[in-house]
Amino acid sequence: MTSADFTERVLRGERRALSRVITWVQDDMPQGREAMRALFRHTGHAHTIGITGSAGSGKSTLTGVLARTARKRGRTVGIIAIDPSSPFTNGAILGDRIRMQDLTGDTDIFMRSMATRGSLGGLTAMAADVMAVLDASGKDTVIVETVGAGQDEVDIARTAQTTCLVLTPGTGDDVQSMKAGIMEIADILVVNKSDLAGADQLISQLRAQLSYSEHGDWLIPIVRVMANRGEGVEELMDRIDDHAGYLRSSGKLEERRLERSRHQIVEAIRAELVRRHLSGEGSHNLERLARLVAERELDPHSAADEIISGSTSPG
Amino acid sequence: MTSEKKIRVLIAKPGLDGHDRGAKVVARALRDAGMEVIYTGIRQTPQMIAEAALQEDVDVVGLSILSGAHMELFPRIVQELRSRGVDDVLLFAGGIIPEEDTPTLKEMGFQAIFRPGTPTTEIIEYVRSHVGTPV
Repeated sequence: MTSADFTERVLRGERRALSRVITWVQDDMPQGREAMRALFRHTGHAHTIGITGSAGSGKSTLTGVLARTARKRGRTVGIIAIDPSSPFTNGAILGDRIRMQDLTGDTDIFMRSMATRGSLGGLTAMAADVMAVLDASGKDTVIVETVGAGQDEVDIARTAQTTCLVLTPGTGDDVQSMKAGIMEIADILVVNKSDLAGADQLISQLRAQLSYSEHGDWLIPIVRVMANRGEGVEELMDRIDDHAGYLRSSGKLEERRLERSRHQIVEAIRAELVRRHLSGEGSHNLERLARLVAERELDPHSAADEIISGSTSPG
Repeated sequence: MTSEKKIRVLIAKPGLDGHDRGAKVVARALRDAGMEVIYTGIRQTPQMIAEAALQEDVDVVGLSILSGAHMELFPRIVQELRSRGVDDVLLFAGGIIPEEDTPTLKEMGFQAIFRPGTPTTEIIEYVRSHVGTPV
């Protein structure tokens, strides 16, 4: 079966084809490129939601209940849950399905676990492509969940139209989030496990932080939830819908799209350069030059220049 | 590195027994061998397992069972996989499974049954050498 057949099947929302195309995109195979070329014009329908926050803040559980809430509102849902790969073995354990058990009976929810894999490919670009495939398959809502621990993860959350930052009481999260600068990317602040001691304190700290930061004319809401009991999730969905409405009516949607497109092109260039220069023959070059740099015979920038221009250095 | 074909494995525990140590040991061993392991947790129905295999587009499905219900559950899992068009995955099983059931399970598609005491290296080797050649 050709990738054109698969493209047709994805557009019809066929799940087996959708699943395979996502694999092609993630493995960066030529069929994945072909499928993206054909599918991209069919994207732009879904509202995309980014869920980020520290490990253990309840992101998976929240993503699960949000998906169910969106279904109750008559929307079809795509979910991408991203977990880290081991930097040593490149392997990963992807356990987000454990928290989303009850979603599997609903064929209008498609959930895919993804590992971050190595750092050479553009993770953000790849995640954006997978979101686009889910969008093209007709999903109304696409949720992407990442651990908000690194630049990549923050970037992915930013790829979404509405970014929710999940915080929990008693973890020093308010100061941590200021440090990491991830407060700036949040459109909605979610205080999960809000029955725990310190919730009120966290909320007032967040209010104080918001009062002295610039966010344009969107007032960042703070929503209390208890994701494990589903409490507060209807309200969270309302705020997400408000934000979607705000993006449309303010013209921000177009603005963000343009910004995201710019970002995606830069990401794609980065990924393509890495692929062109560091695969096959290039990986030997990298090894050879790495030795020279380690021995302080060459500086890293000259080594990079050499790889890109394809010339060989003496020695 | 995005341009290599990663081996993706689903490790699932069908049925009602809650003893997941074996499944977790295998999941971790496969992860340490560089594979991506989707772990679904305990008490999975055949539908849940087949649905996860479909959505995750895994190359391998490993089932762990200690309850003795394998002859009941495994055929239903195979059937649920087939009905979703998932007919190209490598299947294996582990746990308390009597020798006498092996021939029937092999016919069903479970080419390897790993019983207690199997070194994890044997499972890794099996997956590596058989992935992409499902029966």
